[in-house]
Amino acid sequence: MSLSLRDRILVWSLRGAALVAGAIVALIVVFLFIGSFPVMRDAGLGSFFLDEAWRPTEQLYNLTPMLWGSILVTIGAVSLATPLAVLSALFCHFYAPAALARIYRRLIELLAGIPSVVYGLWGLMVLAPMIGLISAPGTSLLAGILILSIMILPTIAMLADAAISNVPRSFMYGCAALGFSRWTTIRRIVLPTARSGLLTGVIMGTGRAIGETMAVLMVCGNAVRTPGSIFDSVRTLTANIALEMAYATDNHRASLFVSGLILTAIIFGLVMLAEVLSRGRIYG
Amino acid sequence: MDNPFIYTSSEGCYMRKALGLVSLVVAVSVGGCKGSESEQKKVVITGSSTVAPVMLEIAKRFESKNPGVRIDVQTGGSSRGIADAREGRADIGMISRSLKSTESDLKGFAVAYDGICIIVHKSNPIKTLTDEQIVKIYKGEVSNWSEVGGSDAKITVVNKAEGRSTLELFLKHFGLKNKDIKADVVIGDNEQGVKTVAGNPNSVGYVSVGTAEYDASQGVAIKPLPSRGVEASTKAVLDGRFPLRRTLHVVTKGAPQGVVKDIIDFAQSAEVHDLIQGQYFVPITP
Repeated sequence: MSLSLRDRILVWSLRGAALVAGAIVALIVVFLFIGSFPVMRDAGLGSFFLDEAWRPTEQLYNLTPMLWGSILVTIGAVSLATPLAVLSALFCHFYAPAALARIYRRLIELLAGIPSVVYGLWGLMVLAPMIGLISAPGTSLLAGILILSIMILPTIAMLADAAISNVPRSFMYGCAALGFSRWTTIRRIVLPTARSGLLTGVIMGTGRAIGETMAVLMVCGNAVRTPGSIFDSVRTLTANIALEMAYATDNHRASLFVSGLILTAIIFGLVMLAEVLSRGRIYG
Repeated sequence: MDNPFIYTSSEGCYMRKALGLVSLVVAVSVGGCKGSESEQKKVVITGSSTVAPVMLEIAKRFESKNPGVRIDVQTGGSSRGIADAREGRADIGMISRSLKSTESDLKGFAVAYDGICIIVHKSNPIKTLTDEQIVKIYKGEVSNWSEVGGSDAKITVVNKAEGRSTLELFLKHFGLKNKDIKADVVIGDNEQGVKTVAGNPNSVGYVSVGTAEYDASQGVAIKPLPSRGVEASTKAVLDGRFPLRRTLHVVTKGAPQGVVKDIIDFAQSAEVHDLIQGQYFVPITP
């Protein structure tokens, strides 16, 4: 039962590292609460949803247009990226020749590694002007959705890939023995078995999409209003913080902390959802 | 305190290098000091977030030339600059305007000019816009370029994010309220404004004159428009002909003395012109 000294050092340093990581999250949440406290006290929680507009310098703090912005951009991106990502993972596993699959996986990893500001720059200089040809100015909800789709596609694709790899070999042999076609195997065996892993991937992608700031800031237009069409300008909660933090003071600044708090709450909800869906086996 | 974690000044790209800066407290450079005594002199400068980034750079250079002096630059707005200088909480206050008549108890020293100009895409046939036309465009009362003498295309209005100094100057000059502005795109700093306009042939925006002049000279597809017949150039800002400008000041209570006077003299000298231009402002002397 006695651990060697080395083991003990290892165990305690791991515990220490875990404690630090956990404490950082807790401290950030505490910090957000402290930062947002002044405006919550002065204006109350309701003003973030009921005020007539977002004009923080005039004590109007309605965040709902930005909340809609974040939600719409995210839903759009996830619903575009998910089918593509799952199909690409299936292609890798069941249809691509081994050599091609290897190259393809590297490509997806590369896609995941490109910094978001690069996507943003491309979106601003290439994508937005193209959308602008259909409906000016081009910096719009649609541009945000397209950019985010490309950005979260690798996240979902890699997790889907891992989920599909985890389908037990014996299932495959069973399918082969029963003479199932490739498509039947995928549809009836692989996808249902890998379902929780696939959902986790989608949720991780959602988390990344909702938290993305720089690229969205560059392509979305950032006007504060609830969009009426996909060609309208939107501002997300993240972009709101990045745009206004530098010069915000007092309650204006505190209201940006509230944006941060709302984002954190959304991410917290998503993580819990992932936990429930995968029944505690997020990475399993 | 009032400073955010990420200090991206609206006109600043130098500051971006200091992104990790959690507070604006200037690092100390220790060493021998001018003269022979080794005591540390600490100078506190607070005020306008427009002036702070450039003052921070000036302070760094001053410190490296005068070891033994430590300068602490903090933001909080022009009103804080006035209040702190008045009540002695700061040795020097920074304001992004001139002193008002009610502030005659303070002494003001100009350090730089800040001018902004309207920009359109290079391919836009518009040569000039009157102040009235600009107001109408930004209020959404004019939404097609043909109404102001351009081609038949919908105008994309580019505005600045709330709290930016260029926005403040723009609103004040044109007598606008931010809530009246019908913006299609809202941007953060000057470079983003230039890129947005350069990427959209039917857009109109405004950026600091220094930025517009530099980018236009580098072949970026923007066209700075004259204001009330005066061309948008740093030269016109400097000699006071350009209407869309303001003077950035530092203020002290009573006549500055000793190291405070040295800092103000330094900030007004030609030695810091590159720093002022680096933040897209115009030095007060040619």
